[in-house]
Amino acid sequence: MKALLLRDLKLALRAGGGFGLGLAFFLIVTVLVPFSVGPQSELLARIAPGVLWLGALLACLLSLDRLLALDWEDGTLDLMATSPLPLEAVVTIKALAHWITTSLPLVLAAPVLGILLNLPTAGFQWLVVSLLLGTPALSVIGTFGAALTVGLKRGGLLLSLLVLPLYVPTLIFGAEAARRGADGMSVETPLLMLAGISAATLALLPFASAAVLRVNLR
Amino acid sequence: MKIAGLSIARGGAPVLEGVSFELTPGRALILRGPNGCGKTTLLRTIAGLQPPLAGTITGAEEDIAYAAHSDGIKLTLTVGENLTFWAEIFAAGSIEPALDAFDLRGLLDRPAGALSAGQKRRLGLARLLVTGRRYWILDEPTVSLDRASVQQFAGVVERHLADGGAALIATHIDLGLEGETLDVSQFKAKLPDLEEFDEAFL
Amino acid sequence: MSIWEYANPKKFLTTSERVLPVLWVLAGVLCAVGLIWGFFFTPDDYRQGASVKIMFVHVPAAFIAINAWFMMLVASLIWVIRRHHVSALAAKAAAPVGVVMTLIALITGALWGHQIWGTWWVWDPRLTSFLVLFLFYLGYIALWSAIEDPDTAADLTSILCLVGSVFAVLSRYAVLFWNQGLHQGASLSLDKEENVADAFSNPLYVCMAGFGFLFLVLVLYRTGTEIRARRIRALMMRERMDA
Repeated sequence: MKALLLRDLKLALRAGGGFGLGLAFFLIVTVLVPFSVGPQSELLARIAPGVLWLGALLACLLSLDRLLALDWEDGTLDLMATSPLPLEAVVTIKALAHWITTSLPLVLAAPVLGILLNLPTAGFQWLVVSLLLGTPALSVIGTFGAALTVGLKRGGLLLSLLVLPLYVPTLIFGAEAARRGADGMSVETPLLMLAGISAATLALLPFASAAVLRVNLR
Repeated sequence: MKIAGLSIARGGAPVLEGVSFELTPGRALILRGPNGCGKTTLLRTIAGLQPPLAGTITGAEEDIAYAAHSDGIKLTLTVGENLTFWAEIFAAGSIEPALDAFDLRGLLDRPAGALSAGQKRRLGLARLLVTGRRYWILDEPTVSLDRASVQQFAGVVERHLADGGAALIATHIDLGLEGETLDVSQFKAKLPDLEEFDEAFL
Repeated sequence: MSIWEYANPKKFLTTSERVLPVLWVLAGVLCAVGLIWGFFFTPDDYRQGASVKIMFVHVPAAFIAINAWFMMLVASLIWVIRRHHVSALAAKAAAPVGVVMTLIALITGALWGHQIWGTWWVWDPRLTSFLVLFLFYLGYIALWSAIEDPDTAADLTSILCLVGSVFAVLSRYAVLFWNQGLHQGASLSLDKEENVADAFSNPLYVCMAGFGFLFLVLVLYRTGTEIRARRIRALMMRERMDA
C-alpha cells in the first residue's frame, strides 16, 4: 500500500503529472471573483469564506478525471485487480494520494487567497480548519465519481454532474463553518458535522468505489 | 488449476461454454482459435477480472499473474521504478532476476517513456517474474517482440515451467514450448432457444 | 406462486398489458375528479384566495417526486441482490417520470410562491431540497444514457442510486441546518392540528391517489418499452452471432 501511495505521489510530481494545476485554477477563480461582483471590500469580505470554499471544491473536482483514468488506460487497474491488494485499499490510497497532491495544497493556499478577498482576521483559522476537515470527503467522494465514469470516453462532464450533487452536504457544512468563523460565531456544530461526513465517507464509500470499479473492469 | 464447465460472456452475449481443462505445474497450455472467438475473455475470466456465467475455477486462488495487451507501465517512471513498484505490490522480493532474464539491466534508469515498443513489452513481461506467482495467464505476450526477444521470452517461460510454474498462453506464433494446444473454437457457445429467451435477454 | 414470477419479462409484459387499461382509467378518473373537485368546488382560502388551489397539483407532484426515487432505490436493491432484469429496467423507467414530477413541483411551487411570498424563488429548505433532488435525478439519468452495456449500466446506476439516497438524506439535513425557511409545514400529516382544512384535504387525497396511479401506469408502460428495447438489442446480437 505504501508503494502505491509513493508511486502516485511520484507520478504527480514528475513532468506531466498535473501537480499544481488545481492550485493555479483556484488562484484564477479567486482573482476573477472581484471582477464579477465588484471591488467593494465589505462585499468581498462577506462572501470570501463561501467563494474560497467553492473555489477549492471546483479545483478539486477539476483533477478528478485523471484520478483513475490514467491507470485505466495503461492497464494498471487490471493488474491491480489481480494483485494481492484489495481494490478497496487501492481506491482508498488513490483518494489519499489525490488529497495530498491536490487538496492539501489548496488548503494551504486558501489563507493567502483570503487576503485577496479581504477575509476578516477571525476567519483565517476557521477557513483552514474547515477545509482540512472537509477536503478528505471531497477526495473520497470524487474517487467514487471517478470510478463510476472510468470506462467512459469524455466522461469529464458526466463526472461533474454525478459528483457535484454528492458534494452538497460537505459544501454546506464547510462553508457554514468558515462563514461563522469569519463572523466570530460558534463553529462547533458545522465543524462536527463536517468531520462526521469526512469520517463516514472515508469509512464506507471505498466499498462502493471498489464495487463500481469491479463492474467497470469486467 | 482446474477449469470445469466454464461458460463466459462478452458484452452480454455468451461466447464460450463448457470449457474444461486442467493446468498442472510444469506444463504450458497454448490457446488457439480465430480472432473474436473469446480467448481474451476466457483469460480475463480465469484471471478473476470478470465473473463466469457458469462453471468453476479452482486450485489457483491468489496464485495467478495476468499479462495482457497493456502492461501498466508508467511512462514517467524509470524501468527500475516500474518493476520495483510491482515487486512491492506483490511483496515478492528482488527485481534482479527479472532484469537479467529480459536483458533490462542496461535500461534500468531510462524512463519507460523513452523505450521502444518491444522494450516496453519486455518490461511488461519482466513484471511476471517479480510477482512470484505460479500460474501465468498470458494474452498475446509476443506482440511487438523481435525474433530474438521471442526466443528470450520462450526461455523464461521454460525456466518458469521447470521451477514448477505453469502457463496458459493465447498466441498465434509458435513459441517452441513443450505443451498441449487447446483450440478454443470447439467450445463455441450455442445460441439458447428462442423459447428460453426470457430472464437474461441472451 | 410468488411475487418473483413477475420478474420474468414475458410474464411481466402479459400481466401488465392486462392491468394497464384498468389502471389508465383509474388514474384518469381519479385525477379528473380530484382536480375538478379541488379547483371548482372548494372555498377560496381567506388569506391566499384562489391561488391556494395550485396545491392540488403541487402537493401530489412533490409526493410522487420523492416516492419515485424511493421506488428506484428499492428496485435497484432488488437488482443488486436478486439480479432480475425487470427490476433494473423499472428503476430506469421511473427516473424520467420522477424528474418530470420534480420539475412540476418546482414550477408550481414557484408560481405559488410568487403569489404568496411575492417572489419566484427563495432558498427555503424544502425548495432547495427539491432542487438537489432534481440534480440527483439528472445525474442518474445521465449515467444510464452514457453507458452502452445494459448490465453494466444497471449495476453502476444501482450503486449510484444507493449512494445518492444516503447523500440526498444528508443534503436534506444540511439544508435544514443552513436555512430555517419560509415554507409552510407538511400539507398533510398524521398530526391533525397541523393539517390543511378538511375542505381541502379530501380532494387532495383524491388527487394524490390519481397521481399515484398515473405514476404506476407510466412506469409500467415505460418498463414494458424498456423490456422490448432490451429484447430487440438481444435479437440483433443473435443475428450478428449467427452471421
